[in-house]
Amino acid sequence: MALSTASDKAKRQPIVDARFVEFLTKSWSYLFLLGLVVFFSVTGTGFFSVRNFSSILTTSTLIMLMSIGQTYVVITAGIDLSIGWTVGLSSVTTARVMRDLAAGGADVEYAMLAGVFAGLLVALIPGLVNGLLVARVKVPPFIATLGMFGIVRGAAFLLTDGQQVVRGLSAELREALRGIGNGSLLYHIPDHGLVWFRQPPDLEPTQIRQVSQLLPYPVLITALVVIVFAFILARTKFGRHTYVIGGSEEAARRSGINVDRHLIIIYVICGFTAGIAGVLHLFRFTAGAPQAGEAALLSSVAAVVIGGTNLFGGEGDIMGAVVGSLIIAVLQTGLVILNIDSIWQFIVVGVVIIIAVLVNQLQSALERLQSNV
Amino acid sequence: MSEAILTASGVSKHFGGLTAVDNVDFEVHPGEVVALLGDNGAGKSTLIKCISGVYRPESGTVIFDGADITHQPPADIRSRGIETIYQDLALAENLDVGANVFLGKEVTRRLFGLLPVTDDSYMRQEASGVLDELDIHIPSLTQKLVNLSGGQRQAVAIARAMYWNAQLVIMDEPTAALGVPEQRKVLALIRSLREGNIPVILISHTMHDVMAVADRMVIMRRGRVVADIPRAEATEEIIVRHIVGSAENGENAVMI
Repeated sequence: MALSTASDKAKRQPIVDARFVEFLTKSWSYLFLLGLVVFFSVTGTGFFSVRNFSSILTTSTLIMLMSIGQTYVVITAGIDLSIGWTVGLSSVTTARVMRDLAAGGADVEYAMLAGVFAGLLVALIPGLVNGLLVARVKVPPFIATLGMFGIVRGAAFLLTDGQQVVRGLSAELREALRGIGNGSLLYHIPDHGLVWFRQPPDLEPTQIRQVSQLLPYPVLITALVVIVFAFILARTKFGRHTYVIGGSEEAARRSGINVDRHLIIIYVICGFTAGIAGVLHLFRFTAGAPQAGEAALLSSVAAVVIGGTNLFGGEGDIMGAVVGSLIIAVLQTGLVILNIDSIWQFIVVGVVIIIAVLVNQLQSALERLQSNV
Repeated sequence: MSEAILTASGVSKHFGGLTAVDNVDFEVHPGEVVALLGDNGAGKSTLIKCISGVYRPESGTVIFDGADITHQPPADIRSRGIETIYQDLALAENLDVGANVFLGKEVTRRLFGLLPVTDDSYMRQEASGVLDELDIHIPSLTQKLVNLSGGQRQAVAIARAMYWNAQLVIMDEPTAALGVPEQRKVLALIRSLREGNIPVILISHTMHDVMAVADRMVIMRRGRVVADIPRAEATEEIIVRHIVGSAENGENAVMI
């Protein structure tokens, strides 16, 4: 009797402490981000500075905004491949509307407002069509959004008449765009201290190089979008239903959730956050570009996966996507500062994605192990 | 015996040339566990779906609690208190017990008196209450269902039906995917439903389960009810003979 009890105990003794593994799988991406920051701070001169951190945050906004909507879609076990070009479509539409209105004699403020509105609105269209195809026609998300990838790409280039950018934005308009896209709510300037809203125009060139943006507008706008959609996903009935659909579409239907309508709204949300990214891209670079989000599409999916969202649906959160986006942005900047060819960034991000999936599997394996005890 | 709570009379359902359910009369009384038995294709599932509203029978009527529910949509029939627990349980295994008991009917509260958020602690508390009532013990209510055993998940599905005031529970092969100790737990749950005066229709292939909990065995064959036997008179042998059809055809008929 005593012997068998002892052997039972030995069998149940896990190889590693389960709580430790759970902690690791849940927060490894946070730790990894921290590790990266520490690593680049130690090895790269100029990495550890407010100026650089604010630039990293600004860089991350494009991927981050796209990954917010993508998180919703991936939680329902879908994927949206079209949002890269939705960013471009939105950027181009905004630029054209602003240009044409300003050229027609409208106030710059009015032209900008109307442009932003048009850019956000147009981004909802591919989202809506994606949603209808996935929910009503039952086209697999990969295929539906791949089709939309081509359509939106074509539409964006049609709007620029095949050019790489929308031409003819007035200098006044570009100045106004830059004020927000490259502006900050709060600056720190040596000898001036903290300055709100606007960089003083009479700075010496040496001073300009030392200006730190403490609260860049693109970061503030993105933070607001993150908070709103993180709240909806984590705390509201809509968010809960998103997880239910990801867990079991059948269960969702039988429990009376309007799955079709929900999926359509989610793809529209995905288009919407890509639209915000497109508008913001225009404000930052003052050029409406069809390919503005092309390279960021796969990065946004990567950010979602690195953040622990399960590609098979049912699991994940916005904070994960935020951390994933930051990891990618830190890698981009850090490798440049270390003077390593930026091509390496692709390889490193690729490796990190694979690690993320492995960690996810480790977690599932652990859960199975626990449920068998 | 008390008045029947469910009465199906003359129910027929065809699929093309196939008669899946053929002029069936079927009754369930309060607090009774009725086993519905039969071979594959005997018409059990079709009959159940005619009751739960998934199928519309071509003829016959279904009366539940005094009301004609024959051609009502499934959602209406559910809201009258007929809960069907399918084999796949229709649970979201990525969520916890509270979320699953309130699936699709989440309770919200106002954050700062303004923003509607899901009231998870309330739902967990309510879920815990109904689990206690059914004497179900789940180690942690914050666990995702994927971490629970098959029997515990079945219990959650039953608890959900109970919480939403089920008046009749239909269970399709509830023990099929479970280990022996888990099967016992589910059978105990069925008994506690009966003690709560809630009737259960149990579809099962497992003779042991049926003999253990059913008060009455209704046996179907080729779309018809061929036998209706009280527990006291039932033996495994009699049941099997009705299922394979040798009771009708005489002792010596060999069924292959």
